[in-house]
Amino acid sequence: MAINWFKYSAPSTFYGLAGKLIPWFALAALALFVAGMYVGFYVAPTDAVQGEAYRIMFIHVPASILSMFLYLIMAAYAALGLIFNTRLSSMMATAIAPTGALFAFISLWTGAFWGKPMWGAWWVWDARLTSELILLFLYLGFIALHASIDDPRRADRAAALLAIVGSVNVPIIYFSVKWWNTLHQGSTIKFSGTSMHVAMQQALLLMFLACWCYAIAVALARVRSIILERERATQWVGELKEVQS
Amino acid sequence: MKKMSLFALLLLVIRRDLLLAMRRRADVLTTLVFFVMVVSLFPLGVGPEMDMLRKMASGVVWVAALLASMLSLTRLFAADYADGTLEQMLIAPQSLSVLVLGKMVAHWMVSGLPLVLIAPVLGLQFDMAPPALAVLVAGLLLGTPVLSMLGAVGAALTLGLRGGGVLVSLLVLPLCIPVLIFGAGAVEAVNSGLNPAANLELLGAISVLALVFTPWVTAQALRISME
Repeated sequence: MAINWFKYSAPSTFYGLAGKLIPWFALAALALFVAGMYVGFYVAPTDAVQGEAYRIMFIHVPASILSMFLYLIMAAYAALGLIFNTRLSSMMATAIAPTGALFAFISLWTGAFWGKPMWGAWWVWDARLTSELILLFLYLGFIALHASIDDPRRADRAAALLAIVGSVNVPIIYFSVKWWNTLHQGSTIKFSGTSMHVAMQQALLLMFLACWCYAIAVALARVRSIILERERATQWVGELKEVQS
Repeated sequence: MKKMSLFALLLLVIRRDLLLAMRRRADVLTTLVFFVMVVSLFPLGVGPEMDMLRKMASGVVWVAALLASMLSLTRLFAADYADGTLEQMLIAPQSLSVLVLGKMVAHWMVSGLPLVLIAPVLGLQFDMAPPALAVLVAGLLLGTPVLSMLGAVGAALTLGLRGGGVLVSLLVLPLCIPVLIFGAGAVEAVNSGLNPAANLELLGAISVLALVFTPWVTAQALRISME
């Protein structure tokens, strides 16, 4: 029997699949969060240099990594939608954007909390901090452009073009910011812990997976709402149980 | 009709846009006055100590140039969109990218070039040394076209939208950050006795990269906005 690879690329079939997947990812996220928090707070030892304050990295590091990954995934979905004119890809891009922006914000916020006891300042113009801030601006630009165009198809395509231009620009921005900072001075304290304690690694990994599961669950939930909103005139939406009741 | 060469077409579009700009000189002057005004506000805000002003001059001039170039972006396609010329350009047999490039060049000559020419005077107000001034002008000459080209992408994406003016700044300003860094960095390098060549070369590289890609991207954006 030939497998239909594109079965779930239609919003009508993907809507059901997403509905089935969300509880699993949500539960996995919850379990991993609890486990990660436990290992992070009770098992991982106090850091010799940074004391207790280092524990904020268990949320800070996954949030930073995810904010960058999600931008690329969002841009890839947007590009798919632009090139192959697939509606669902564009909807996924729109659904991912707020989560990516949220993680960028969390990363900056927790970074400030970590920076205060470590560097003695809420904010330093470090290369990584600055590029994370610019990434947040890029997310906000994508969301703002999409929100200000009433026609959803035009909004999808315009925002997709912006996301592609943005993702081409991200490496240029990253390196320019890096060189800009090194012209002035290097960061005062470097993270020397390459030989990280095993429990710290485990906590970090657990929290990283938890953030992934959370991001997937939320993006799927959001894409279901977007599908309902965009396809509200179609017959299959009218036949849904949750719509009729 | 005689088939027109691409270069002749480019010149035609540039000449047309320049002519239109000359008929409405107030628009050109507004950008320039805005630029001068923003730069002049900084000493009032941070105090008149010459040592500090000399240090921040390049950054101030560059940020003001960035803001001033955002100001005129909404007008880049708006008039042509309103009177239907843009639609004619879209269905013309000639390459839309070349037409767009012509509009970008004209936009730069009207809103970017005056900033480059007035910058030395503003630099003198901040007591910049002549070598630093020369590098500032060279950087602006290489960098302001990028602002016009990236701005055109934003202007095309936000064509005909509510509040397009603010939105276009939100979209384009983060993309312009490398230009700002290398442009101001070149002057910084001269001031600290280093060779500014690396910064200027990177600025030139960004310029060439933008010249290759942005006309095409803008053309795509226009097609999306006009369909």
